[in-house]
Amino acid sequence: MENNVIEIDVAKELISANGRLNLHIRATLNLGELVVLFGDSGAGKTTLLRIISGLTTPDEGFIKAGNTVWLDTKAKINRTPQERNTGFMFQDYALFPNMTVFENITYAQKEKDRQRANELIEKFGLTELTKQKPAKLSGGQKQRVALARALACEPRFLLLDEPLSALDIKMRIILQNEILKAHNLNGTTTLMVSHDLTEVFRLAHQVMKIENGQITGFGEPDTLFLNNQISGKVQITGHIVKIEKQDTFYLLTVITGMNQVIKITAFQNDIENLKEGDQVIVFSKAFNPIIMKL
Amino acid sequence: MDIAFIETLWVTFKLASLTTLILLLLGLPFGYFLAYSQFRMKPVIEALVSMPLVLPPSVLGYYILVAYSPKYWFGEALSRLFNVKLAFSFEGILIASVLFSLPFMVQPLQNGLRSLPDSLREASYTLGKSKTTTFFRVLLPNIKSSLITALALTFAHSIGEFGVVLMVGGSIPGKTRVASIAIYDEVQSLNFSIANQYALVLFSVSFILLILIYAINKKHEAWRIM
Repeated sequence: MENNVIEIDVAKELISANGRLNLHIRATLNLGELVVLFGDSGAGKTTLLRIISGLTTPDEGFIKAGNTVWLDTKAKINRTPQERNTGFMFQDYALFPNMTVFENITYAQKEKDRQRANELIEKFGLTELTKQKPAKLSGGQKQRVALARALACEPRFLLLDEPLSALDIKMRIILQNEILKAHNLNGTTTLMVSHDLTEVFRLAHQVMKIENGQITGFGEPDTLFLNNQISGKVQITGHIVKIEKQDTFYLLTVITGMNQVIKITAFQNDIENLKEGDQVIVFSKAFNPIIMKL
Repeated sequence: MDIAFIETLWVTFKLASLTTLILLLLGLPFGYFLAYSQFRMKPVIEALVSMPLVLPPSVLGYYILVAYSPKYWFGEALSRLFNVKLAFSFEGILIASVLFSLPFMVQPLQNGLRSLPDSLREASYTLGKSKTTTFFRVLLPNIKSSLITALALTFAHSIGEFGVVLMVGGSIPGKTRVASIAIYDEVQSLNFSIANQYALVLFSVSFILLILIYAINKKHEAWRIM
């Protein structure tokens, strides 16, 4: 029981754009789970990933992964990033400019395995780009290479800092599946930063909501975001892009994570808590969904 | 072309080549240290490295000459332990030249390393690669233009040295007489044609090296877009 979890209890004072921030994260995660870190920019999500991977040392804290103590500031234990060997995917991708796509991936492998590298390249739709240097790639292509490289070292922990933010919806879904596959492979534990609710619901076993350096919610996506209030059968998440006043009601335009546009009517009391840009869930109770053949 | 001319050029290029080689071996670890260390006394070390840029060469030459003197502990220890006398010898001007050209090697390397995003190093570390592997396979290949700038500047600067070499080495033909000093001597003796030859060689070599630096930096500009 004890050795199937990663225990994290870390504190660090950060200086962010909004002034000082006391990051204090205390959590126990089950190994093998996919946890999404959810929260505003500057809440400390990236720093938490960096602390877990060993790139940033907290002021004080303790991290134990399985039976291995990674960090114990009291006992002066601090394992290096090399020893922790977490597959870390950076927000700026950090591809090595001197290496081609293929070389970036083989560099990450513990033992050079061309066949396995080619499999990864094919899976990520990079076959045409194998011999390109990163400077020639688009944002989305770089992101795919970075993800492939993080997987190439077959890590036990996969730390992904907004891994899919630069991708279009089609690629996003393909790679969400790849992340799931990679996650299920070798019982990897995955921590992933995301701002996208669709992604949270598709991928996360657990969601850790972080606000101002503290955990403000931790649990399964349904429990955390829906409070189990809704017994709806159809649920779509998205965000409001437009609120228009009609005669006696309002017309809301919602764009879903799948890039569908939905128009919804609402009354004065419905929209009091809503504004443009809010993430919302659109649901339909069991008795009124309408089915139409496409 | 007479033997003295060839001999002087030989000393000049031997000095510049050895200086560059020694500084490359010293400059890589030193530049790395200065680029990434959090060491509290770092500004002092950085200031010391940069001193040759602002100090008159004669001042540096004077201190080195004093250090070589058997009257003081360093020179005394050298002559007692190794029976080495550095003043007015080739080895003496080589050490002086290494000290004098230090910033020309260290600064471009340090700046080059600093200009790389930290995430490159960090990514390599999380992939389980050691600092040494990271340095040679990720960092160094991405500062190629800084490396070439450092090598060419150090070499060109060593060729052009005058004050320090004159103070420490004098002008002993075949031993410590380098081209820049020879020009001065020949002009003093009104041998303008020989002075002219030396000047032309120094001018051409320096010019070609600088063209090389600018051409290579232009070629690698694309790498900076990351």
